[in-house]
Amino acid sequence: MPMPDMSWPDERSVSHVRDSFSLISLRPPRPILALSAGAAGLAAGPAQARPPMWFFDNYGAQGRQLEGITWGLLLLSVAVVAIITLLVAVGLVLRARRGGALRDDRDAVRRRDETGAMTAIYFGLGLTTAVLIAFTVWTMDTLANVRVPPAEPAFTIEVTGRQWWWQVRYIDPQNPERDFQTANEIHVPVGRPVKLLLKSDDVIHTFWVPALGGKTDMIPGQTNTAWLLADKPGIYRGQCNEYCGLQHANMAFRVFADPPAEFDAWWEAQRQPAPEPRSPLTSAGQDVFVKNCGVCHTVRGTIEKAQYGPDLTHLAARSTLGAGIIPNNEGYLSGWISNPQGIKPGVKMPAIPLSGSDFTALRAYLATLE
Amino acid sequence: MSDDPFIRTPATGPVTPELQDRLEKIWETEPGLFGWLGTVDHKTIGIRYLVTAFVFLLLGGLEALAMRIQLSGADLNVLTPEQYNELFSLHGITMIFLYALPVLSGFSNYMFPLLLGSRDMAFPRLNAFSYWVYLASGLFIYSSFLAGALPNNGWFNFAPYSLREYNPGMNMDFYALGMIFLGISTTVGSINFVITLLRTRAPGMSLNRLPIMVWGTTTVSIGNLLALPAVTVAFFMLWMDRTFGTHFFDVSGGGKPLLWQHLFWIFAHPWVYVIVLPAMGIVSDGLPVFARQPLVGYTLVVLGTITTMMLGFGVWVHHMFVTGISTMSLSFFSGASFIITIPSAVAVFSWIATIWLGRPVITTAFLYFASFIVMFVIGGVSGVVTASAAADLQLHGTYFVVAHIHYVLIGINLFGVLGGLYLWFPKMTGRMMGEGLGKAAFWVTFFGFNLAFLPMHWTGLLGMPRRIYTYPEGAGWTTVNVISTVGSFILAAGLAMVALNVVQGLRRGRAAGENPWDAPTLEWAIPSPPPPYNFAVIPVIASRHPLWEERLDEGTGRSSLYHGLLLDRGKETILTTMLDAEPDKIAKMPEDSLWPLITTIVLTFGFSGMLFQMWWLTGLSVAALLGCILLWLWPQRSLEQTARPTHE
Amino acid sequence: MSDVAPQDKVVRDDEPDEIIDFRRLRVGSVGKGSSGYSGMVALIATEASLFGYLLFSYYYMAFQLGPEWVIELPGFKLSGPNTAILIASSGAVWFAERAAKRGQRMRVLAGLGSAILLGLIFIGIQWKEWADKSFTPATDSYGSIFFVTTGFHMAHVVIGVLVLAALFLWTAMGLFSSERHAPIGIGALYWHFVDVVWLGVFFTFYITPRLGI
Repeated sequence: MPMPDMSWPDERSVSHVRDSFSLISLRPPRPILALSAGAAGLAAGPAQARPPMWFFDNYGAQGRQLEGITWGLLLLSVAVVAIITLLVAVGLVLRARRGGALRDDRDAVRRRDETGAMTAIYFGLGLTTAVLIAFTVWTMDTLANVRVPPAEPAFTIEVTGRQWWWQVRYIDPQNPERDFQTANEIHVPVGRPVKLLLKSDDVIHTFWVPALGGKTDMIPGQTNTAWLLADKPGIYRGQCNEYCGLQHANMAFRVFADPPAEFDAWWEAQRQPAPEPRSPLTSAGQDVFVKNCGVCHTVRGTIEKAQYGPDLTHLAARSTLGAGIIPNNEGYLSGWISNPQGIKPGVKMPAIPLSGSDFTALRAYLATLE
Repeated sequence: MSDDPFIRTPATGPVTPELQDRLEKIWETEPGLFGWLGTVDHKTIGIRYLVTAFVFLLLGGLEALAMRIQLSGADLNVLTPEQYNELFSLHGITMIFLYALPVLSGFSNYMFPLLLGSRDMAFPRLNAFSYWVYLASGLFIYSSFLAGALPNNGWFNFAPYSLREYNPGMNMDFYALGMIFLGISTTVGSINFVITLLRTRAPGMSLNRLPIMVWGTTTVSIGNLLALPAVTVAFFMLWMDRTFGTHFFDVSGGGKPLLWQHLFWIFAHPWVYVIVLPAMGIVSDGLPVFARQPLVGYTLVVLGTITTMMLGFGVWVHHMFVTGISTMSLSFFSGASFIITIPSAVAVFSWIATIWLGRPVITTAFLYFASFIVMFVIGGVSGVVTASAAADLQLHGTYFVVAHIHYVLIGINLFGVLGGLYLWFPKMTGRMMGEGLGKAAFWVTFFGFNLAFLPMHWTGLLGMPRRIYTYPEGAGWTTVNVISTVGSFILAAGLAMVALNVVQGLRRGRAAGENPWDAPTLEWAIPSPPPPYNFAVIPVIASRHPLWEERLDEGTGRSSLYHGLLLDRGKETILTTMLDAEPDKIAKMPEDSLWPLITTIVLTFGFSGMLFQMWWLTGLSVAALLGCILLWLWPQRSLEQTARPTHE
Repeated sequence: MSDVAPQDKVVRDDEPDEIIDFRRLRVGSVGKGSSGYSGMVALIATEASLFGYLLFSYYYMAFQLGPEWVIELPGFKLSGPNTAILIASSGAVWFAERAAKRGQRMRVLAGLGSAILLGLIFIGIQWKEWADKSFTPATDSYGSIFFVTTGFHMAHVVIGVLVLAALFLWTAMGLFSSERHAPIGIGALYWHFVDVVWLGVFFTFYITPRLGI
């Protein structure tokens, strides 16, 4: 079965990504609210990619729990609106009259027996109350189900929201020497729950991967706990959901759900520091990096403890740049380095003017950061 | 007995031309600039509120249209991120604070004394003051345009982004101080409505005979008095953090960002009921006029109004479902948010029952009122969906919520207001608005609104977050956004047609007469437009629908509309007891006065001093303010506040 | 709007069978029946809410940050007597109001004057207490909430003193009588409110930390 994929930007241009990747649609979302042409667009043919932030047909254990009650509420809503609209429309059809001047319409005002009408009102109220109580109970049940993961999380990912990117730290509670830091891309093992510690370094952000589960705020001064459990391999989009300033719109990230063996291999690879440059070009590139980028960016093995910007130790293995907004390929990377403000105006990374040869060397060096 | 000048038996009599002339001279606004600046006539003040509120509606609408253009395609660059963020912030502030309540205050201000059978509000000078402060604070906030420093953190203004560390410009200071400033207007306005309701009703207008709009406005005014200080405290703390380095919200000093959210939402959730309950009241009073049937279930609707406001204080945490609170908190506030649906649903059933029992005549006003029911329910059910904390974990912060808020704000507030406009335009101006254009404008507005906002439910399900200035092509959000943009422009066109309808009505509408709709309540018993004194004689009320009494045969006895208290020895009206409206006291009403305006100007200087940190200016203004209040409240002989009576 | 034909003015009369027999009614601002008094009640409701929210903020922070958050436990040495002074001033105001009802002008002035004096003493002592604190509003969140809450209260006391001073002036000018003295009752209500708020503030800041909250 092809892997569910909800990713973009267009992956075909990203050469290093796995081949098992394709843009195939899955079972289309139930056209519940076919109220707009948007629904027609979604229900169209199979060559269409699923909207990445669609959260029904969920791929996470938590997200699936939330699906049921959300559908129920939406169905209830449609039913209620339909009933009320019908009552108003039919009432008008049955009772309305051609308007004359109301001034002369005096006889229409007369005493009418309201008993039947009052009974109807009480009935409506009673029905409303019963339905609402049912949904309250359903809600509480769902909340209890999503409070903790179905199994003990094997490890923890601490994500710190920062304007406008994601600082990620993998923590192995059993073996602290396995801990490592990365940014803007998260990998999780399929079928194994992961604990999330959510923090913020500056303002309030929100961690949200709709295809896997609900969202949780990242609030400075406190640590919020959440959990993730991906059921199926795939690439899932996340985006910040609390207005956090100028580039809130461009603060996204990707979650890769890998089969467990692949995930373990990924962890091992990410733990390693960057390899020493082998060629004169990459060596020169490393010098350029240290001089121009090392103030903000850590590359373990080259520069440590630079905390202003994302950790770039394994930059070349990342699928996107700029916090999930552009693909990580040569063209975009060059564009990002030379003119980040043009892509993400207001981003805290300044444009660094480099000579042509420096630039080539730097790119070569960065390409070694697998 | 007749020796005591402070006590007299008030004279009663019929309405005569001589009485009307005499009262006109006593009550009319002073001529010239003094009268224009110093009037205390609630009708003039009401119209000023309405006009100013509609201007802010226009400004907020233009802001929205700019945003919709930016969002009509992926990765557009029509607006810079900064511009978009400022626009969405100002749009929210304008609509929620500078339009939504003031427009309802405008109607209430104009209508309260007319609905209650009184000659003016309880505090006429305070009334004028509340308008001037509203205008001044609105201008204060909008002057941020001149400084190029518009509020840029939404209307909800979460900390820490609002602190100086992340927001060093004056943007937040304009907003914080402007809101405290505006809060003064809202507070004194609320006090005025409450006391007017409790004390100045006509004899016989017991509480169970009040129009629902009066119940609605009074209920939310009491709610205001209790809720507004939360946001005043919050903005004051924010301003202190930004200006004097206190640490209410800043984490490094032991502050708590969530304190802002609690204080803000403790205010802002009741606020959303404040801006819809009076509109629901307008519908509860207006629908029966055209349905030719009194509101079915009056008592239930009144209880529902009050209960909704009270419960509204207990649900604020549903705005904070994803902040990491305990499951118990989630359950409690989710349950409370579900429960609050019940008292608000009462009105829906009541309106439907009224239509079914009556014989509706479909006028433009009725179209607004009837469609209101459907849109109220759409807004209500999307609220029910997000009331479930489980569903909200996905839906929070998405366009689903945007759809919800616009259905309740436009569908309830604006459509109620437009219905009220068509209902009361004849009374306020003496002219009728054209029905043909009115109905056409309604359909365009209705269609445009639904085209813009109904798809947004879908947009939210597709996962589009709020408050983003752009989105990528592959997100699947483009088509729905285009549709919403098209709808928003159609909505704008519809509202432009309404405006045209108003202008044409003013110029060429045919004469309305006293009661063109054959409506039941008191305001339709006096000329259109009403004379400055409202009622030539204070009526005595015997039922809920004085002008339909004979036909409905409800209640004991008949109201006396044209034979009653003259109260013509100066500017006078009657004060009655709280529950049963028995005559209690003759109140003397103040003349036109410039103190409200002068005090407003002093306050403006004071707040400007705080904005620019010119403390000497603030200090001077405080001193001047105290002087103004002293002189304003100085006991006046003419108001019978001093030991020497006016009539000896 | 002005060129609409004015509705003809004619005599209109319901000629009701029975009309309320209007007994003699009082005219103008009279005591607790005056709309001004009701207005003050409403104002007090909203100001009480304001203090309610300030105290809510204190309790929220205390609950979140624990007992160590109170960097310096506020003492009773100055605040105790100060509380007594404020309560006494309410007594003086009550005395003045009672005298006003009986038209005893000198007693009214004595009562108001004493209240003003006591109010000023309260302000002075509290100012000293502020100056003695080891922290400022900008030290941390405890300092901030302490000074802002007691500051708001202080501002209300200052306004209250000014209100009493205005009442003193108007009484001295002979504007009031036993029949007409509504402002005194209204001002008295405000002053009592300020006193009650102090009790709430005092309890929250000075007593609850000692109760282990």
